[in-house]
Amino acid sequence: METILEINNIEVVYNQAVQVLRGLSLSVPQGGVVALLGSNGAGKSTTLKSVSGLLDLEDGEVIGGQINFKGRSVKLDSPDKLVHRGLFHVMEGRHVFEDLTVEENLIASTYACRGKRNKSEAAGKKRFDLVYEYFPRLKERSKGLAGYLSGGEQQMLALGRALVAQPDLLMLDEPSLGLAPLLVEEIFRIIVRINREQGTSILLVEQNAAIALSIADYGYILEHGKVVIDGTAEELMANEDVREFYLGASGKDGEQRSYREIKHYKRRKRWLS
Amino acid sequence: MDWLFFIESSLAGLCTGAIYALVALGFVIIYKATKVINFAIGEIMMISAYFFLTFAGIFAWPLWLALPAAVVSGGLLGGLTEKTIIRPMLGESPISVIMVTIGLSNILVGTAQIIWGGGPQVLPGFLPRQPIFLGEIYVSSKIAFSALIAVAMLICYLLYFRFSRGGVALRATASDQAASFSMGISVPRVFNFAWIFGCMATALAGILFSASGGLSPHSGGMALAILVVVIFGGLDSILGALVGGLIIGWLETIVGAFWGGEYKMLAIFTLLTLILVIKPYGLFGTKEIERL
Repeated sequence: METILEINNIEVVYNQAVQVLRGLSLSVPQGGVVALLGSNGAGKSTTLKSVSGLLDLEDGEVIGGQINFKGRSVKLDSPDKLVHRGLFHVMEGRHVFEDLTVEENLIASTYACRGKRNKSEAAGKKRFDLVYEYFPRLKERSKGLAGYLSGGEQQMLALGRALVAQPDLLMLDEPSLGLAPLLVEEIFRIIVRINREQGTSILLVEQNAAIALSIADYGYILEHGKVVIDGTAEELMANEDVREFYLGASGKDGEQRSYREIKHYKRRKRWLS
Repeated sequence: MDWLFFIESSLAGLCTGAIYALVALGFVIIYKATKVINFAIGEIMMISAYFFLTFAGIFAWPLWLALPAAVVSGGLLGGLTEKTIIRPMLGESPISVIMVTIGLSNILVGTAQIIWGGGPQVLPGFLPRQPIFLGEIYVSSKIAFSALIAVAMLICYLLYFRFSRGGVALRATASDQAASFSMGISVPRVFNFAWIFGCMATALAGILFSASGGLSPHSGGMALAILVVVIFGGLDSILGALVGGLIIGWLETIVGAFWGGEYKMLAIFTLLTLILVIKPYGLFGTKEIERL
């Protein structure tokens, strides 16, 4: 299968001092859904930002390795050019434009359609109907300010903007953040739909490993800035360590773990890396 | 109290206020989009008025050509400023950027002196002179027409920001730069446009002021009142620029008419102090913003 995104052995440093990624590699196949899992501070968001070029805004820098999007190094393009080439990054915490209306948020996203792949800005506007079909709730509130939407609706709007942009690769940073379980399921159903109906490849960053693996084809588990386990979603779900540390299954015999055993937990995690 | 005189002064004050509002709008556009506090605003007004003097007086272009040309030149000067001296300061501390704009204002004053000479000059008259009477109320037509032009420009700007796609990009950038980048909006280009648009508004206001007040390389000092307007209205609020401009313009004129010109500054700075005590971020400034 053809790969759309190839990350090869990258190292990322913040403020020229703090190393966050230490030789991370992964790849996303064309049309596939890949999950990137890990705990807080493992470097998941940093990975996405190094791809989309938003790292510069936070004083971060890729000091080694390569990132190729559609066979071309992302270093060669500015963040907005990358979007025009078909990459779309939905940032953690949704980042809707709060003092713009819902519809204006979608209009802002038509900038992604500029001059690429024979899709015009007008074509982007036509896709508003598609967005409203995916998210009827946004249509009701299209004239209201995005800042007044609930968390779930803001996440829908963030996905709606991605639909307008019609990317080839969609990178989602914790779409489940702060949402009720029912809403999380709804959001993930939509993500699957975007992947199937629009043929969009998806790189999904999640803390909620169970739901991420349920829709992914392949998964990577990140610890301290590098990949420690990777495999197909089935393999990962069957892996005992993954089950214990990321899917919340208790020990072998189903016994309750206590805090006394936290040392053992740490030791085994270190062994994993 | 002479009510007729009061109404006449109020009208004149509101007319001046409309021009203040236009400059303040230029300032706020630049601040909102780029978070740069532009202390060179008065000098950009001054230079643009010299552009108009050159086009209309020296080249003898007709008004319909000279006025837009001077406004556009002022805008391009702003765009050039952003590209050459503001962009390299991206990410530096706000104080450094402020110092750069203060330096720029001095350079502009010097340049104007070298090119056009240091003495005061008079712009070719382009505003009608015959007084207007609304019933018994007398309005100077110079001021009234200046205000009309300013209001027309203000309306164009507000409609553009509210309804156009470019306006959406500008507001999006003001609200969240990283997210704007991720939508494919070229943030550096939006910065540049903000400077061009902001300086075009500033340029028009500078020409209108100089048309009734005369022009010299030091007339940029009139921007002191503009700083009062934007701090009063809130640095990041377009509504604040409009309301602030009208209130400050009105107050200044009324105080000048009834107590004399030397009390103008006293009055507006007293009002500013009062507002800052009650609302530290200005009338409509909402967020925690730069303190000057």
